[in-house]
Amino acid sequence: MHEVKKAVVTVLGTDSKGIIARVSAILFENDANILDISQTVLSDYFNMVLVADISSAACSFEKLSGELTALGEKMGLQIRIQRSEIFEAMHQV
Amino acid sequence: MVTTSEILSTLKMIDREKLDVRTITMGISLFGCVSDDENRLCEKVYDHITRTAKDLVRVGEDIEREFGVPIVNKRISITPAALISGGIKNPVKLARALDRAAKETGVNFIGGYSALVQKGMTAADRRLMGSIPEALAETNFLCSSVNVGSTRAGIDMDAVRLMGGIIKEAALRTARQDGLGCAKLVVFCNAVEDNPFMAGAFHGPGEGDCAVSVGVSGPGVVKSALENVRGESFDEVAETIKRTAFRITRIGQLVAREASKRLDVPFGIVDLSLAPTPSVGDSVAAILEEMGLECCGTHGTTAALALLNDAVKKGGVMASSHVGGLSGAFIPVSEDVGMIEAAERGALTLDKLEAMTCVCSVGLDMIAVPGDTSAETLSAIIADEAAIGMVNNKTTAVRIIPVPGKKVGDTVEFGGLLGHAPIMPVHPFGSELFIKRGGRIPAPLHSLKN
Repeated sequence: MHEVKKAVVTVLGTDSKGIIARVSAILFENDANILDISQTVLSDYFNMVLVADISSAACSFEKLSGELTALGEKMGLQIRIQRSEIFEAMHQV
Repeated sequence: MVTTSEILSTLKMIDREKLDVRTITMGISLFGCVSDDENRLCEKVYDHITRTAKDLVRVGEDIEREFGVPIVNKRISITPAALISGGIKNPVKLARALDRAAKETGVNFIGGYSALVQKGMTAADRRLMGSIPEALAETNFLCSSVNVGSTRAGIDMDAVRLMGGIIKEAALRTARQDGLGCAKLVVFCNAVEDNPFMAGAFHGPGEGDCAVSVGVSGPGVVKSALENVRGESFDEVAETIKRTAFRITRIGQLVAREASKRLDVPFGIVDLSLAPTPSVGDSVAAILEEMGLECCGTHGTTAALALLNDAVKKGGVMASSHVGGLSGAFIPVSEDVGMIEAAERGALTLDKLEAMTCVCSVGLDMIAVPGDTSAETLSAIIADEAAIGMVNNKTTAVRIIPVPGKKVGDTVEFGGLLGHAPIMPVHPFGSELFIKRGGRIPAPLHSLKN
């Protein structure tokens, strides 16, 4: 049984069409599986947190992170991906 | 599962409150490299360091990217150089080899051009100490430290006398950079063997072959947490700092464990220090002011710092499996924008800083004084600070820069993480006869406490 590697993708910025579609397309192309997604738009400010399983051997963190950052730059959003352990360490005893 | 608001609060800490891991430091033992042939020693040291630490920077950058938390420095600490250079005549060659190794591995600093002389100096210790000014002037990445006292051994006043002169010379040899050499030289009492922070890091003789240690930071996070408890009692303040320190340290522990696993090197310790940087929002002084002081350095500062220092440790200690190093709040004047301001306003003086070092880690740190300060006065400042460490069973240190050609009223700019500082006045009354005595101050009594 291999270790489950999870990552948290956060997207912050002004709302526009197709944000979720494009982010999930990149995740799909990199063989990452979306486990949970939560999204809010507060007065045009888009805010999404997504948890994905990135344990697949076909999924390279570096490539995925590069593509998401590039998408963020293109769409004028702040998109980042981080291993989930950092949040668990900080908020769970 | 972690909630969305918890995720966003972590991002806020990193983005706005400048939460970071200050350093991953790899400690490397060099006892296996000992040789009485200068070239052979340098070659073995260079090879051993570059081989052992070849992946350090890459792994640090990988962790930084994957976890999304900045890791500001990657560093190497080594066995105190005096302990491995007993067989050679000119330790400066070793200094150059260490500097080359640091450059090759891509680290920010290499620390451990050090001597431990709390009880007495060997010929090798004297040679190494004498070579410090030249070594610091000729290298870029090398950091040096000398331990001149301890609670068990007392204070070696011969070494204290020498260090005053060594600091003066180090400043003069780097006069064109405003005495930058002194920013890489620390004089300790009760030095710890596993400190990951520069300039005082070395890999103590009681350590194993290799270990990775992590120093966390995050004054901005603590300051911001305290903004939510304005006007509340100190019980609330202490509780808030503890909770925040716990979170910060958990990140340090995670990074340390991950680095240890990826580098296949044992995990050493997490150092629970609040290390400021010169950027706005990353200041220890600002935390003290948030507690209700008009300006850092005024009456009440020592009490505020005592509470902060203790609460940081209490919160952090449960978050990590091994805590060590210096673990406390740092108060380096030039590296903390709030301290700089307080010094410029005249609220923070050398004497107040000395009092503050009684209750925090580490000591008189990054303090610029007039270039014409005498070697004896520098030695006397070191003696005072060492006495505080010796009697109170804690680590104290002096990192002081007599800036060549500058006087009170001038400012000195070191750049980068070292920041800038106003020249602070020292007492005009001499200590020559006191320092000239030499010998040892006996170890203090630690019983009969009534």
